[in-house]
Amino acid sequence: MSSIGARLPRKEDPRLLRGRGRFGDDISVPGQLWARIVRSPSAHGDIENLDVTQAAKAPGITAVVTAADLPAGLAIPVRLTVPGPDLSGYLQPVLAATAVRYVGEPLAVVVGQDPYACEDAAELIELDISERAVVLDARTPSAIPAAELIRGYGDVEDAFSRARHVVRIELAIGRHSGVPLEPRCLLAVPHRETLDIFGMTKVPVWNRDLLAGLLGLDETLIHVHGVDAGGGFGVRGEFYPEDFLVPWLALRLGCPVKWAEDRAEHLVAVNHSRQQHHRIAAAFDEAGRILGLADEVTHDNGAYCRTHGVAVPELTVAMLPGPYRVPAYRGRIRVVLTNKTPCGTYRAPGRFEGTAAREHLLDVAADQLGLDRIELRRRNLLAATEIPHRRPIATLGTDMILDTGDYPALLAALVAEADRLGYRALAGHPGPHVRHGFGLAMFVEKSGLGPQETADVTVSKSGAVHVYSGGTSIGQGIETVMAQIAADALGVDPDVVRVTTGDTAAQPFGAGSWASRSTVVGGSAVHQAATAVRERAVQLAARMLEVDEADLDVRDGAVVVRGDPGAELTLAEIAAAAEPASRHLRSGESAGLSARRRFEVTHMTYPYGGHAAVVAVDPGTGQVRVLRYLVAYEVGRAVNPTLVEGQLRGGVAQGIGGALFEEFSYDDAGQPQAITFIEYRMPTAAEVPPVDLLVCQDAPSPGNPLGVMGAGEGGVSAAGGAVANAVRDALGLSGGVGQLPLTPERVRALCDCAGGTS
Amino acid sequence: MDLHSIALNVNGRHHELVVEARRTLADMLRHDLGYTGTHLGCEHGICGACTVVLDGQPARACLIFGVQADGASVLTVEGLADGEQLSDLQQAFSDHHALQCGFCTPGFLMLIEAYLSDAGAADLTVERARELVASNLCRCTGYQGIVEAVLATAQARRAAAGDAT
Repeated sequence: MSSIGARLPRKEDPRLLRGRGRFGDDISVPGQLWARIVRSPSAHGDIENLDVTQAAKAPGITAVVTAADLPAGLAIPVRLTVPGPDLSGYLQPVLAATAVRYVGEPLAVVVGQDPYACEDAAELIELDISERAVVLDARTPSAIPAAELIRGYGDVEDAFSRARHVVRIELAIGRHSGVPLEPRCLLAVPHRETLDIFGMTKVPVWNRDLLAGLLGLDETLIHVHGVDAGGGFGVRGEFYPEDFLVPWLALRLGCPVKWAEDRAEHLVAVNHSRQQHHRIAAAFDEAGRILGLADEVTHDNGAYCRTHGVAVPELTVAMLPGPYRVPAYRGRIRVVLTNKTPCGTYRAPGRFEGTAAREHLLDVAADQLGLDRIELRRRNLLAATEIPHRRPIATLGTDMILDTGDYPALLAALVAEADRLGYRALAGHPGPHVRHGFGLAMFVEKSGLGPQETADVTVSKSGAVHVYSGGTSIGQGIETVMAQIAADALGVDPDVVRVTTGDTAAQPFGAGSWASRSTVVGGSAVHQAATAVRERAVQLAARMLEVDEADLDVRDGAVVVRGDPGAELTLAEIAAAAEPASRHLRSGESAGLSARRRFEVTHMTYPYGGHAAVVAVDPGTGQVRVLRYLVAYEVGRAVNPTLVEGQLRGGVAQGIGGALFEEFSYDDAGQPQAITFIEYRMPTAAEVPPVDLLVCQDAPSPGNPLGVMGAGEGGVSAAGGAVANAVRDALGLSGGVGQLPLTPERVRALCDCAGGTS
Repeated sequence: MDLHSIALNVNGRHHELVVEARRTLADMLRHDLGYTGTHLGCEHGICGACTVVLDGQPARACLIFGVQADGASVLTVEGLADGEQLSDLQQAFSDHHALQCGFCTPGFLMLIEAYLSDAGAADLTVERARELVASNLCRCTGYQGIVEAVLATAQARRAAAGDAT
């Protein structure tokens, strides 16, 4: 029986449940020093004086460094490049040298024997900053535009000029981000010639190579070790200033250096995301068919362009048409710099934002056109006969081909399930003092970004199977999933499979875990490598048993001869026979029962789905409660359905957070107002309802041998749209809600606009 | 430096050590005694990842100084399992997919264990379980599996108590 599709318990669980995980700050080595980053207290200004003399003399302090101590001109390059814009003038320096541009920008590092002492010493640094005017609204004329991108096709002006109906809305998406429960941590341990690093994740090989270049080291002398990571969500594991500073300090001081971020600095230092303003319009014919779609977006990128460059704005406008038939489209996005924390990706980057704008527009349009909101979508979804659909837009360096699926069937399934569960009935029967609303949003995700992933699979003499994947563990359960894929291809029990991830020595060609790519691209590489090991085992067994390969089969960890129950060789025996000097090994053959394979792919694969929500809005307090939530999502094939469901449920919680609660706000001077978990309001169990799920496996991806599509982001993508639509429905607004998150203050204002009397 | 000599019991083991007055219980457990299963997610008492059971009560170890635990009995996540055998609550977490990255998990386990041990299992409703789970933050699971694990453990313990009487 195949282990693919089985709800196996996770390999990660026992160690994590027993407190035996190995997170960054759980690792310490003798003689390690601690680093404390000193950050700008000012949002914008020139550094007049930065005097570290007293701090350096404080008890227990080994060194204090500033930009003056670093190699000149160090800036962190873009990892995800988009053709066109030159961002070289907007990159973040490792330490600010002459000016600061956001509160939280690194200025200096204090290194000492004890983290408490380092924090004390940091207080002794003398800093004078000559304040400059701050830009906090990306739409102010004085804001610096870093780039402008246009994605589209067709004659949009013509579409709008001949339309029967044109509908426009504006929607602002709030600034929020991944905020994993584990803050970042790095430990760098220098040896005579080599450097061990703990705490890098997501893209360890890329980070290793960049670090090697910046330090002038051969990359193989740097060994990034795999660690447990307390959530990724896009933000963790990108190359930040600290990723240079900690290893550089370890080499310079000749001893191990550890940095453990605290929550206050995490909230101003780690990538923010999402903040955009959309002016979106659609042109319809008399039957409600879309003739054209146009969106003018302003993207607030914060103070610098970090490793994601302009990938999030590009994804926003590239993915904006979603699952619909859009004959003419133009998305223009201005990427603007402000005096706030720089931005990067957060789970479903660009799709959460664009889906919210498009789906909210469709609800407003349906009401204006006098059409049912679901019927308007039904008329405009691409039909199954139109798939694969080539959309003349490139994103992340790939051509967009919506490769598989039946979007109208999914919408029908979503609506049927919502009705079966009584969603619309509940929406029609509000309780005392509250109004109920139902909202729905459709979306297309993307997954499986290439260009490659590499995997090694080895059988050892004990019969254990070792998988060395290029993905990394960020809490998603990659060890379990890769074990199931390897076990399926190799014909062994998943229990005997041991999966290693995130280790640059064990897998030097890994491309990492991000963009819902691990199962699709990494899993396909494991499938191919395990298949190659199986073929090699059969080849060797045929030689050892002196039978024809065609008569052999692999079952339960052994090669068996068909029709001869007594004749079999275990994989352990075959692995032993593949040792060097074995008489079964021919001249020129590599020793060992192992294989390395590279899975290459040029196109992404596009999962799709819909969200439905029922909310209760209290017009008196402005409070919104999500009563019911349903996600229908097509994943092609679920390697472990339990883990897919977990991804979707967790995504919904984050999506509800972005739709209703979470926001990095600033005062007029650019001082961040969300600097603890009191102000940055992540949902608790009191705010997240049980989530109903419809995980569909009806449209296998044609682009990989497993038929899988990524499941990491579909729980988030449409949450902003579905919740905004449900609140609008509850309040009976004729226009849109205007702005996310829908905080009580904003909902109260909407109630006033809508007449407010109930 | 204001140093204090203290003694405490952690998971049934006696420890004596000298700590600075300002050192938190969480840092002391993690870095002085090696109980790294207690995690720090915010260090200001909101997320609950550092929750331990202090003399029978769930407590945020980031808001307590190590010296305050002088003479106390502390249970951390490392003390839940019986050898290689997971506790019923730990097993329920795995069965109900109540963890993903696992960083917040020790805090939830200790919070829930303290509540259920304190006769909380007797009349645990779904609403009460959600309220309990709402004490801590999880960024991965959406809480559903955690709530299910609490309810399943409480039910199993009620059944076991019923069998015993």
